[in-house]
Amino acid sequence: MQIRILYFAAARDLAGCSTETVELAEGATAQTALNSALQRHPALRAIAPTLRLAVNETFATKETPLAADNQIALLPPVSGG
Amino acid sequence: MTLGITDRSITPAEVEASVAGPDAGAVVTFAGLVRDATHGRRVLRLEYEAYAPMAERVFAALITEARSRWPILRVAISHRVGVLQIGEVAVAIAVASAHRAEAFEACRFLIAAIKAQAPIWKREVFEDGSEWAQCHP
Repeated sequence: MQIRILYFAAARDLAGCSTETVELAEGATAQTALNSALQRHPALRAIAPTLRLAVNETFATKETPLAADNQIALLPPVSGG
Repeated sequence: MTLGITDRSITPAEVEASVAGPDAGAVVTFAGLVRDATHGRRVLRLEYEAYAPMAERVFAALITEARSRWPILRVAISHRVGVLQIGEVAVAIAVASAHRAEAFEACRFLIAAIKAQAPIWKREVFEDGSEWAQCHP
């Protein structure tokens, strides 16, 4: 199934792109998508422990299941305000 | 109602006006401005980025939480993205309530929660380079 991965701020800089579509097996979780992102962009490993995940614009855990056409976002520590 | 992420200049008075009304005896407005230094380093400008649709969802959820905790009437939140110069308004929050105590408390809660939770990032541009801000004191 196709999953959209979104990269923000430092994650975007390290990935070298802001968004990409990946093909994941049925049963994939947010962790599966994160692993895919880390394999594609090894530079992301430097900040991997600090990343929060969001699925379809809602904070998610690594166990959150993914469905076709979901969007998963890799969120570095926020610094708004 | 002002609510959301914008790439245009924020005028706190407009955010404040959007929550005013005859039932509001108090309006507390917080404006966060771009400061010229951080941790002793001179800052030239800030570059804000947001995951806008999610940030707006977070704003809405935090307003719902604030409403459950304090008897407030109306809330407006506006957060800027893009390149901001020193002194420009990065965020404005206005809370209207019948009496002042709950407006102060809810506004303080909202800015702290936004800084901790909303998917918004700032890159600090210094004289000798730039980096993503790592902390939110």
